[in-house]
Amino acid sequence: MKDNGKITNIFLSGVGGQGAILASNILAEVFIKAGYDVKKAEVHGMAQRGGDVTTHFRFGKKVYSPLIKYGDVDFLLSFELLEAMRYINWVKPEGKIIINKQEIFPPAVNLGQTEYPKNVEKTFKKYFKNNVWMVDGQGVAKKLGNVQAANVVLVGAFSNFFPEVKDKQWIEAIKNLLAPKLHDLNVKAFYEGKKAL
Amino acid sequence: MQGNAAIARGAWEAGVKVAAAYPGTPSSEILKEIADTYPEIYAEWSPNEMVASQVASGAAVSGARAMAAMKHVGMNVAADVLMTIAYTGIKGGLVFLIADDPFAHSSQNEQDSRNWARFAKIPLLEPGDAQECYDFTKIAFDISEQFDTPVILKTETRVAHSDSLVTTGKRTESKIPLGLDPKEAPKYVMVPAHVRVRRKIIEERMRKLEEYADTFKYNKMEINGTDIGVISSGVSYMYTKDIFPEWSYLKLGMVWPLPKKMIAEFFKKVKKVIIVEELDPFIETEIKAMGYKIWHGKDLIPNMYELTPEIVEKSLKGKKYKAPKVRVKPEDLPRRPPNLCVGCSHRPLFYALKKLGAFVFGDIGCYTLAVAPPLQALHSCICMGAGGGMAHGAMKALGKEGLGKVVAVLGDSTFLHSGVTPLMNAVYNKGNSTTIVLDNRITAMTGHQEHPGTGFTLRQEPTNMVDYTEIGKALGVKSIRHIDPYNIKECMEIIKEEMNKEGASLILCKNSPCMLLRRTKPLEKFKNPLYAIDTDKCRGCKVCLEINCPAISWRESAGQTKDGHKRKGTVYINPDQCVGCEVCVQVCKFEAIVPGKK
Repeated sequence: MKDNGKITNIFLSGVGGQGAILASNILAEVFIKAGYDVKKAEVHGMAQRGGDVTTHFRFGKKVYSPLIKYGDVDFLLSFELLEAMRYINWVKPEGKIIINKQEIFPPAVNLGQTEYPKNVEKTFKKYFKNNVWMVDGQGVAKKLGNVQAANVVLVGAFSNFFPEVKDKQWIEAIKNLLAPKLHDLNVKAFYEGKKAL
Repeated sequence: MQGNAAIARGAWEAGVKVAAAYPGTPSSEILKEIADTYPEIYAEWSPNEMVASQVASGAAVSGARAMAAMKHVGMNVAADVLMTIAYTGIKGGLVFLIADDPFAHSSQNEQDSRNWARFAKIPLLEPGDAQECYDFTKIAFDISEQFDTPVILKTETRVAHSDSLVTTGKRTESKIPLGLDPKEAPKYVMVPAHVRVRRKIIEERMRKLEEYADTFKYNKMEINGTDIGVISSGVSYMYTKDIFPEWSYLKLGMVWPLPKKMIAEFFKKVKKVIIVEELDPFIETEIKAMGYKIWHGKDLIPNMYELTPEIVEKSLKGKKYKAPKVRVKPEDLPRRPPNLCVGCSHRPLFYALKKLGAFVFGDIGCYTLAVAPPLQALHSCICMGAGGGMAHGAMKALGKEGLGKVVAVLGDSTFLHSGVTPLMNAVYNKGNSTTIVLDNRITAMTGHQEHPGTGFTLRQEPTNMVDYTEIGKALGVKSIRHIDPYNIKECMEIIKEEMNKEGASLILCKNSPCMLLRRTKPLEKFKNPLYAIDTDKCRGCKVCLEINCPAISWRESAGQTKDGHKRKGTVYINPDQCVGCEVCVQVCKFEAIVPGKK
């Protein structure tokens, strides 16, 4: 997997507690093992308290900036609909978007002061046509017996974009980062996610 | 490896024996990493940054390599140590790690900590990624010992909290023997006569460091095109290099003192020089003072907020910058501000304060979130421990008019950090302030660090637990009350009484641990596991929405209660989120919130 110096920019967004950080750690394991330089920057100011979480993830031959330039995102991997919409302008015109179909209401919506955006999928499809994939991470994970695995379902779906990385490498990364008792569930979640696209 | 983990690793390999810190974003992970991974280092949470700096200084004077870590505002507290240990010098290497937070992602201000180096006349290194965090930490200890000076290692959010690959090595024990020698008093006792001797040594030291800067291996020149050259450091270099790889660079690993010869050489090699730096024009001012003319600097690069790749590109390309297409205006989307957790003891307490109409002098912690709507029950936040001192000052200014209107709130951790002295002062100076300690048994906001009130050390060894009541008594507080924040009515009565009382008083929250602190079994005190709305009774008055509980939401749908009251909708309690804290139950006027079933 040698390449020509091109850097791939992956932007992960979600809400605290959704497991976006674990997902970005899986990506890091995978792409470091594949021989790339990797930089990753997390913004989780007060995420423990329900705020939004974003991760800038960049890999290539040599990466300088830990932050992706606004408008330069190759892949937007979002764990929540509103948090996908928030970063729509960051994606390159030819960028690819993978969105988990979960809605988590922010306080202003809970209080009835404003509405949760209804048209996320439509808006993305308007601008990115066939480069938008919606995944029901919670639904798939629930069938496997634990909604917590939704993040790994998303990782599985995302793995389709990197055919040069073998399933074995993803599974190894998942196993390295999770406690043994969670291995079975998450390996299944990965494969189910992979099938979901 | 995260930047902070790389610093911990570098410190361990450098043979560090003692590390102390008070937590603060984005520096908190360093000590946790040391405690979890490197048993050879004695590591502690100190009650504040000044004590942490004293601890590290004491160890360094004893011959051990030592480090104190803090966020930028922590150095304001620790500066008294820094400014004079800079005079005495050290024996074992001493490094102050300062983590800046440009854009104030989780801070009360922006500060450019590079200024400390010039102020204290000591060297400062600035890494730009995790590998450099590791490399610079190691070499910082060598510089410290070679020049008999403390060294500042300055990071910032994008360095401290970014992960990148790091090539590591092995631990080497320091060769400096441990020990104290009373004969060295003239070096370490800063009385005027000794100060004047050391003052001269500092100047000599700075001259030697300037020479060293020219040979420092992490000050690097990268000559590509000869037209434009950039002088930069840290993560600012990373952003610029990414966008303009064709330009030449002078990348400074050591930002103070500056490498004068190298700068002269760089100006000869390139036609036009741009200085790219975050926050203050620190390098720019110095280079201009050396007599150089730069092409661009702070005329284009903003002197506030953090830099990002697009800000660097936009600033330097000017009209040639092509902005990406705006598909959706982010300002049209609902924001997702952080909120107090479900069941948090701060929620009912601030609701009570709001109902009392008190002006609340606060400080820094999760409870600072009470400033946000709909609670809006915190009215000042300046620095750690500030509430106590400010409430006293306000009461002195307002006189009798202030009775019943003013209260100070502090967390348990900030009370111990710098809230005890203001309370002592209020008693001593016959003040009338009321201080509430929101004791949640942990330093919560920064991610659950222990402190002298939790009963555990950084390495989770059981230890003495500060008794806040005894502190209050020892300080001479006559009125010390205990409240259960989950009982809103009782809270209001007691707080009102104390606010109206003459004399300084102390109110301690009891049985109110952080909801995320599992060892305190925070859910056990709640009678019912969850509550639900009785839609026969809910009138849709929205009073319960005022507590801003994440589990409660509004459902619009016109209808009526069982007894015929018209309503526009009802509230809904999410059974997956509710923990049964009963705060909404107390707020509801129509008994419409009833025990639910899991």
